[in-house]
Amino acid sequence: MGKTIAEKILSQKSGVDARANDIVIANLDFIMGQDGTSTLAIQAFEDMAGQKAFDASKVAMVIDHSAPSPLEGVSALHARMRGFARNQGINFYDIGEGVCHQLMLEKGHAVPGSLVIGADSHTCTYGAINAFATGVGSTDLAAGIISGQMWFKVPETIKFVINGQLPSGVYSKDLILYLIGDVTSDGATYMAAEYTGEAIRALSIEGRFTISNMAIEMGAKVGLMEADDKTAAWVSKHANQSFEPVQADADAEYAAIKEYDVSDLEPQIARPHTVDNVAPISQVAGTPIQQGFIGTCTNGRLEDLRIAASIVKGRKIHPHTRFIVAPASRQIMLDAMREGILQDLIEAGAAVVTPGCGPCVGTHNGVPSDGENVISTANRNFKGRMGNNKSFIYLGSPATVAASVLTGEITDPRPFIKEK
Amino acid sequence: MELKGKAHKFGDDVNTDYIISGRYKFKTQDMKELARHVMEDLDPEFYDRVQAGDFIVAGKNFGCGSSREQAPLAILNADIGAVLAKSFARIFYRNSINTGLPLLECNTDEINPGDELELDMEKGIIKNITRQVDIPIKPLPPFMLKILSDGGLAEHFRKYGTFNFK
Repeated sequence: MGKTIAEKILSQKSGVDARANDIVIANLDFIMGQDGTSTLAIQAFEDMAGQKAFDASKVAMVIDHSAPSPLEGVSALHARMRGFARNQGINFYDIGEGVCHQLMLEKGHAVPGSLVIGADSHTCTYGAINAFATGVGSTDLAAGIISGQMWFKVPETIKFVINGQLPSGVYSKDLILYLIGDVTSDGATYMAAEYTGEAIRALSIEGRFTISNMAIEMGAKVGLMEADDKTAAWVSKHANQSFEPVQADADAEYAAIKEYDVSDLEPQIARPHTVDNVAPISQVAGTPIQQGFIGTCTNGRLEDLRIAASIVKGRKIHPHTRFIVAPASRQIMLDAMREGILQDLIEAGAAVVTPGCGPCVGTHNGVPSDGENVISTANRNFKGRMGNNKSFIYLGSPATVAASVLTGEITDPRPFIKEK
Repeated sequence: MELKGKAHKFGDDVNTDYIISGRYKFKTQDMKELARHVMEDLDPEFYDRVQAGDFIVAGKNFGCGSSREQAPLAILNADIGAVLAKSFARIFYRNSINTGLPLLECNTDEINPGDELELDMEKGIIKNITRQVDIPIKPLPPFMLKILSDGGLAEHFRKYGTFNFK
């Protein structure tokens, strides 16, 4: 019997013939922590009597969740991270560098075939370039930093075959929301998701990141894709290490195979307060919104900002609406500036904030008021997620958010898309 | 391991933002302080009602969402003895075992709010004393029991310096 991508990578990294449901101890290629989780990991590192990182070049810490610090308490946590990073000589990315997941990819820390853990649930993003990358907690992170290893239960795999071609104005965000709505928030719990098919292959690497990023929202451990020429070109541009992509065997065993055709897909919206509460935009259009947000590890990349700018360019946002934009990294912000995208967004009325996670996780930079509706490109709409448990969060694509801030209500972006 | 206490019941898909909101988790590393806000968005009086050793009882997919370890730590520091649910989200599951919070999968439909429960890990049974039924629990793999009995992964590493499941 052949193997899935997950079984192959965990076999290679553990040195045993790993099959679904086995428990293995595997060697890690990279380990990442952010400012919401790293200080607890540093505490655990000390509790474990840790002395040195197993390999400082394979560890990174990123300050992105509250960046720059909005509070005295947070500043103390940040200071502790900076001290640890300096002391250990690990990779360190301070405020303004960007969202941890974007940096792990941009800086070439995650590559095809590698095994990566991150103390952040959206670490699964790197599955889009064929890395077995998964979120862990702070104690796992500390154990990884000390030993270079972690225990894994080898996941079963659920395969999503996406056929057809996404229509104009419908994006990878709409596709992944649709899939999550279909399988629900625990449809892939404990499992690996593999995403394949012509609609996936047609996506840019950035578009694929959006899909793998949200694998956790269906409960999955990883959101894997096979590497193709686009993957190799993207990774070669960002990483200066060699890599070996891993393919699933034709006779691999899957827990389930689900096929879809997306040729007629509408833009999708996740309604409050769960990510699987998904509806086509025609059912939600017209809902008033007071704030729009474009950013995050899901949809804060250059092509996302480019689409948004093309929609709002030369227009003004609705007077009762606020529009917040957080590019996912400093590099993206610079690229967007050079391309004139930032200017278009700002002239339309956007408040552009420091690259980071703030608005998405409710730490600062855009906490909504009681009773307000927000349309956001983030990956979670849980009650209180953006810092106020009396507000309502709708999730959609960057195009949907851009169209909605112009009208002040949830708006189908398709009439705003200029045909090529 | 034996535990005895009252059931505090919640529904399906209790996410880590509800267990401990991002509003608090970034502010402090004082887990006793965080514990005061545990489950606050679902039940503002929860912390005040809990007695040491009580159980959180929930439906499916408990702990979904973020990887914050503050979630199991806040529950532990609110003196909850164990969490019983139909299923758990996986990062929360790891984090709980790693921090020494027992999680048990069982049919929680057999438990009402306020029921007196007794957990016998060895026998793999929850006794619902109020309703006089025994509820079987899904056994934990031996290496997870090992981490739990060591008091969590930090203690395990302090003891062995690395993973040791021999």
